[in-house]
Amino acid sequence: MDQFGLLLGGFAVALDPWNLALMVIGIVLGVVIGVLPGLGGANGVAILLPLTFSLSPVSAIILLSCIYWGALFGGAITSILFNIPGEPWSVATTFDGYPMAQQGRAAEALTAAFTSSFVGAFVAIVMITFVAPLVAGFALRFGPPEFFAVMFLAFASFIGMGTGSPLKTLMATMAGFLLACVGLDSVTGTLRLTFGTTELIRGFDFLVAVIGLFGIGEILTSIEEGLAFRGANARIDLSVVRRTWAELPRHWALSLRSSLIGCWMGVTPAGATPASFMSYGVARRLAKPGEVPFGKGRIEGVIAPETAAHAAGTSALLPMLALGVPGSPTAAVLLGGLMMWGLQPGPMLFVEQADFVWGLIASMYLGNIVGLVLVLVAVPWFAAILRVPFAVIAALILVICSIGAYTVNNAWFDVVVMLCFGVLGYAMKKLDYPLAPLVLALVLGNRTEQAFRQSMLSSQGDLGVFWSNWLVGSIMTVGLMLLFWPVISRVRGAISVQLARREG
Amino acid sequence: MARRFTGIGLRTAEVGLALLFAAVAALAIADALDIGAGWSEDGPRSGYFPFWIGLILLAASLWQLVGALGIPRRLGFATREELGRVASVLVPAALQVAAMPFVGLYVSSALLITWFMTRLGSFAIPVAAATGVAVAIVAFVVFEIWFLVALPKGPIEQWLGY
Repeated sequence: MDQFGLLLGGFAVALDPWNLALMVIGIVLGVVIGVLPGLGGANGVAILLPLTFSLSPVSAIILLSCIYWGALFGGAITSILFNIPGEPWSVATTFDGYPMAQQGRAAEALTAAFTSSFVGAFVAIVMITFVAPLVAGFALRFGPPEFFAVMFLAFASFIGMGTGSPLKTLMATMAGFLLACVGLDSVTGTLRLTFGTTELIRGFDFLVAVIGLFGIGEILTSIEEGLAFRGANARIDLSVVRRTWAELPRHWALSLRSSLIGCWMGVTPAGATPASFMSYGVARRLAKPGEVPFGKGRIEGVIAPETAAHAAGTSALLPMLALGVPGSPTAAVLLGGLMMWGLQPGPMLFVEQADFVWGLIASMYLGNIVGLVLVLVAVPWFAAILRVPFAVIAALILVICSIGAYTVNNAWFDVVVMLCFGVLGYAMKKLDYPLAPLVLALVLGNRTEQAFRQSMLSSQGDLGVFWSNWLVGSIMTVGLMLLFWPVISRVRGAISVQLARREG
Repeated sequence: MARRFTGIGLRTAEVGLALLFAAVAALAIADALDIGAGWSEDGPRSGYFPFWIGLILLAASLWQLVGALGIPRRLGFATREELGRVASVLVPAALQVAAMPFVGLYVSSALLITWFMTRLGSFAIPVAAATGVAVAIVAFVVFEIWFLVALPKGPIEQWLGY
């Protein structure tokens, strides 16, 4: 097995003391970010990205990806103790986690949540270890039309498979593409959509957009609800951990199912949040009658969403590494990081930057073990963060966000743009516009456009190039089917109603 | 006499956002036509991609707009109180950003934290001011000295020799 040798090499990179230290720092920062409302994985990573230029790409990605793992762990703490999901993917954890905390079983719920997060992540990392190189090897044969088709498939699945209104998802995606067009066109050198201003020549940096949309937008929505933290206290002692761990193997089928749901939803860009809801829903449907109902403090109600969320969050890195198409907003920010560090994302990464890729994959194994130990030990301190009054936290987050936006390009204008994106994010979130496709389109816009232009160039403007061989043709066809899925399923629904009426 | 402002309706908000997206799309289409959205000898011109994207966005926004017009007027987007709370964060934040070119990031951040803690958190002014200054100093040490990232500075920092 070739992978094992490469993976061992990766461990050598990740076990470097400096990288290990960065790993711990990243996890701690990540948990703090996950606990705080208003700071999440995506904008936490976005704020810190400009500070990583002095690091080597491997160290930088280890630091940033560990922040992501930390944020995934941290979301569960506030959900269970305070009934406030620190992250959208931990909303489903509140359903049973908070009732458990109210019954005095907070430590049990937290142990179960952290352990199942770890299990979910572990399954996903194993999958990445073995599947990502295959996908990347396959994708080496891709030309521009295939790449455009893959991007098309990613965005089409957002629109067709998303939980919200397909029309609003389409609008958010297209707006993201337009924002990506602003500035200097790298192919022809023409200025686009700058309207004569010099500030817009640089274009809209996706980091600024992410910090505004997710950071400022989140603060505004939290304050609007008049947030007040009141929560259960928790300390986890070893006997509870041992007891909960002894009980967990009984739920192996649930864990496995939730991991698979998570991996699937993470690779297709549905993301961690729908994965956690779907996994919770499936677990509830399969529950036997006569037991404690879901929503009243069942441990399965914590295991299912946490496993799936972590599996999805982790496996979102697979398409990012292998194809250069991120599966989640945070993966999109990491992808932007790759480009800023001078690495070309895509299948060639596995060939040209093997150290980087395998160092990252090895750090995922280690980072999740470090994370599990760290959160089990340090839960009371992390929970104490929420006892700091919101007025202080909100002000701090605002300051951190403006520093983050400023450092991207050392431009005051970007801070203004961030604030505008904050208001837009607040409005979009309240009106159920999805933010993830906008960010993904902003990150991938230029590469999507380039792939499209190169394909058009080779075919002299004939759209038939996207069906010129079986590979690109089948990807495009699946993409189109996903895109029109809302329409297809409505038609199918109408037909089955008709049939039922005829039979009845 | 004007009616007392009670909040923004859902219909207004949905229509407003759809119009915003439509306006962005229209701007993009106009700009794309300006720089050439067609085909030249060496392939698609710069405006080709934005033109079609803009066209799709325009169509989707208008469709959304038609749907939004059907929303009943009684549904709310945000009440007066909710908007007040949002403004209590947004207005000071906007002022901080506006003050940044003149007094620098550190001073404006200290002021923002002080304001938040006294106004929203009902802390005593000395406590709040001390916290604000402490955060500014920590940020200064972390960014200017450790990471060597230059953030906007104003007269006070200049006077101190930075």
